[in-house]
Amino acid sequence: MYETLSTFAQTGGLLIFVLLFAGVLAYALWPRNQAKFDAAANAPLSESDAPVTSGQNEDGIHVR
Amino acid sequence: MSIAQGLRRAGTDPSTAAVFIITTLGALWSLFAAAYAPDAAMRGQSWLILGGFLTGIIMLVGVIANGGVIDDEREYNENLIKAGVIATMFWGIAGLLVGVIIALQLAFPVLNIEAFGFTNFGRLRPLHTSAVIFAFGGNALLATSFYVVQRTCRTRIAGGIWPWFVFWGYNFFIVIAASGYIIGITQSKEYAEPEWYADLWLTLVWVVYLLVFLGTLWKRKEPHIYVANWFYLAFIVTIAVLHVVNNLAMPVSFLGSRSYSLFAGVQDALTQWWYGHNAVGFFLTAGFLGIMYYFIPKRVQRPVYSYRLSIIHFWSLIFIYIWAGPHHLHYTALPEWAQTLGMTFSIMLWMPSWGGMINGLMTLSGAWDKLRTDPVVRMLVLSVAFYGMSTFEGPVMSIRAVNALSHYTDWTVGHVHSGALGWVGFISFGAMYCLVPWLWKRKGMHSKALVDWHFWIATFGILLYITSMWVAGIMQGLMWRAYNELGFLEFSFVETVEAMHIQYIIRAVGGLLYLSGALIMAYNVYRTIKGDVTEEDEHVIPQTAAIPAQ
Repeated sequence: MYETLSTFAQTGGLLIFVLLFAGVLAYALWPRNQAKFDAAANAPLSESDAPVTSGQNEDGIHVR
Repeated sequence: MSIAQGLRRAGTDPSTAAVFIITTLGALWSLFAAAYAPDAAMRGQSWLILGGFLTGIIMLVGVIANGGVIDDEREYNENLIKAGVIATMFWGIAGLLVGVIIALQLAFPVLNIEAFGFTNFGRLRPLHTSAVIFAFGGNALLATSFYVVQRTCRTRIAGGIWPWFVFWGYNFFIVIAASGYIIGITQSKEYAEPEWYADLWLTLVWVVYLLVFLGTLWKRKEPHIYVANWFYLAFIVTIAVLHVVNNLAMPVSFLGSRSYSLFAGVQDALTQWWYGHNAVGFFLTAGFLGIMYYFIPKRVQRPVYSYRLSIIHFWSLIFIYIWAGPHHLHYTALPEWAQTLGMTFSIMLWMPSWGGMINGLMTLSGAWDKLRTDPVVRMLVLSVAFYGMSTFEGPVMSIRAVNALSHYTDWTVGHVHSGALGWVGFISFGAMYCLVPWLWKRKGMHSKALVDWHFWIATFGILLYITSMWVAGIMQGLMWRAYNELGFLEFSFVETVEAMHIQYIIRAVGGLLYLSGALIMAYNVYRTIKGDVTEEDEHVIPQTAAIPAQ
């Protein structure tokens, strides 16, 4: 029981974490995500003084 | 307050009813505790807790009489953040003041005033740490996270009255914890001193905080969740896990203050420092990085230097930090492999920490002139520089051989304060200097010169603090390990204390300067809120003004 659990926690944990982190790196560095990240980086700079409500369209909010 | 008339109010919605029930149950429990608690301290404190719950009931009745809490999707909830800003300022000054007092007690032991138990250093020290970390830092995080999540998700905060429950409930927890320390109620775990009933209350408040935050993310009107929110979310989730696990305990009785921890011996030590170090990693680092990633870009009007780097910064920080705790237990009963693991992961933390620092600093690319013209930017940038410095120093100190010299000395205290005063304090003050004109719709702060004074006085105070503690700590460590030619210890403990007298005085002066800076800020904030703003600050971009067309 101890052997099984420790193998799962140690070897399995190592693999899961490495794979997860590799996934994160791929997502962060994937070239096609550049446009999305550019838009996200500008989010704090292009905000308006009121929330977006369902009745409004996006252009009414972004003052550009 | 200044909210326009005609906004939708929630009436007696389910959230208000639920908070009313919680508050009533709390009042009943504390009434029973006041009558039947087995220990005198609990009987005394129950009256305070009862008073808190009754105040809550009165406030709720007031809200219901007004037609319920304002809950209008057309407006951000800014009153909540205003309350958070004021609470941050209040607790900041309270915590720093207690810090100066206990620094003076160390320099002049007579100030412990033996006649009163509650003025003893041992009682006041947790009061200081909890007040600055959890009360000042916690309120800064609550206020900024509620602000940032609303703005970057472009939607009002979720949950009706629940966000207010989080704010008042959290501050109520602070009062319960702090008053408990004074009268001697503690479970003796560093940074987790509050006893079981306070811990349970905080758990409830924190779960609601998580749900409010998630609920707001859920109804966001932006496709992407901005990186600052990731850091806030990691802070909220991890603190919930750490708090619950480290505080697993069995109360001695349902109405008494005393409890016994589930853990004992080395398991207790490891759990405590897994908690303790991740309180540094996720409360004092991840949360405040959320502030950095929103307020620095916003203030200098430049997007984050590299959004890709911010994603890698986030994931590598949270993957690595959680393992660093065992470096607090070098040369103890903890197995050596676990010590080495903690040390190795601490060294690895250099990479995300410095990646994050570079990302914050380089956000000023093309706007470095603001360092000269805007004292708030200077404060934010210096805080990131201190982040880099203390996250360089920390891993060095976690190396076992260095730790042999530094552990238990005042070097550790100096290290903590370069992080706390430099990084956490300055990024919070900087964020407050941004928020006050934005929230109260002012053209700028009452006095830009006073912001400058705050910056320089506080910076000088930090320098005095950390340099004196470097000298004191290294000297102390060297004196402890000095042997004479016969193999006996060269110095008795009290000789090391005497040798540090002058450094202790310098440290107290440094703390006093830092407190003075915060007092100047409080005056400046007060005058700004009052409306005494004459000079227009071009660095304050009022939220009411439209972003000019590109």
